[in-house]
Amino acid sequence: MSNQKFKVVHYLNQFYGGIGGEDKAGHLPEERAGALGPGQALQSALGTDAEIVATVICGDGYFAENLDVALQSVISMIKAHAPDLVVTGPAFNAGRYGVACGAVAKAVFEELHVPVVSGMYHENPGVEMYRRYAYMVKTGNSAADMRKAIPAIANLVKALGKREEVTPETHAYIPQGLRKNYFHAERGAKRAVDMLVAKVNAQPFVTEYPMPHFDRVAPNMPIADARKAKIALVTSGGIVPKGNPDHIESSSASRYGKYDIQGVSDLMPETYATAHGGYDPVYANLDSDRVLPVDVLREMEQAGEIGVLHRYFYTTVGNGTSVANCAAFAKEFVHELINEGVQAVILTST
Amino acid sequence: MVKEIERAGLPVVHMCTIVPISLTVGANRIVPTVSIPHPLGNPLMTPADEKELRRRLVRKALRALETEIHGQVVFDK
Repeated sequence: MSNQKFKVVHYLNQFYGGIGGEDKAGHLPEERAGALGPGQALQSALGTDAEIVATVICGDGYFAENLDVALQSVISMIKAHAPDLVVTGPAFNAGRYGVACGAVAKAVFEELHVPVVSGMYHENPGVEMYRRYAYMVKTGNSAADMRKAIPAIANLVKALGKREEVTPETHAYIPQGLRKNYFHAERGAKRAVDMLVAKVNAQPFVTEYPMPHFDRVAPNMPIADARKAKIALVTSGGIVPKGNPDHIESSSASRYGKYDIQGVSDLMPETYATAHGGYDPVYANLDSDRVLPVDVLREMEQAGEIGVLHRYFYTTVGNGTSVANCAAFAKEFVHELINEGVQAVILTST
Repeated sequence: MVKEIERAGLPVVHMCTIVPISLTVGANRIVPTVSIPHPLGNPLMTPADEKELRRRLVRKALRALETEIHGQVVFDK
């Protein structure tokens, strides 16, 4: 492989593949010869070392909703080219795209046994789910970082193609959580004592095994009886009064809204819509109950199936919004919910 | 958001389409929904059938809120 170009297949979503935006998210897998979109910049960064022989494109919505079928057809398209390496994305902080890039990486890793290079923002759910199967270059949270992501991806592709040693430190990828044995000049006991002494003396030291960060919250006790409970609605699907009075951003939201639905029994297209920029808004704009089920909950309230529907719903846009922001929003409004006697929450996401 | 609501002490059910993301995020009670742009609806159905579908999903969410669990559970039945 060292004297000849190695073959790369690139996986892209419908947006980067030039098919279209959210209205084309249902696009079925297809392949094109050669490099496309960000693949063209990648190809020039790779120079003569590697050739992107084909690009496989699939809509993010189609992939997420038809995981098994989509993956099967994407993989068979990739496999037909017998690539030496596969690149997926970069996906930045796009959740569905990141998960698709990761799922493709896992299948390539397991079925084709060739390395996969991708690129994602560290909060992308695809990282946590699939980092073990790909070399994921750390990227910023939006496509504005493409300029930096492409050279880093090219760097990794070239090194892997030449079978060079790569590490998260030298090649700027997200640690895969794999352990590699090697001989250290000093034995473990001495290293441990050295670290301890450094720590006691408030000197810097680098741990050899950072503790994984599991932020899990145990489930709360259930409500005894929904018929007697006060239930609140929360959504990350961006449902807002039409006109979006608080100007919640269509992506990377910095705020949430709290809206009064007293007396509202049905979310009408004249009065409610979505502010969310990451999915096709047509269906939600025609009937926002498809995202925030006020109509059926109001009926259930009248029929006694639930106690009370809380007077306010809380809403934000989950599209590319940082985990830190979302956590801060909920931390703030959950106390209002508790103070107002809400006993359970239904949270809907798109 | 779902985790902060849970952390503050309220039981919460996450209704969403991409269950793997919900599991990664750390939701405990999860009800899978129809599709990303219309989790609680289906524009191909008649309005009456669509509402019935939504009612069924919301009822499932209420049952999830009434169920004692000890870890993450996907209520897909």
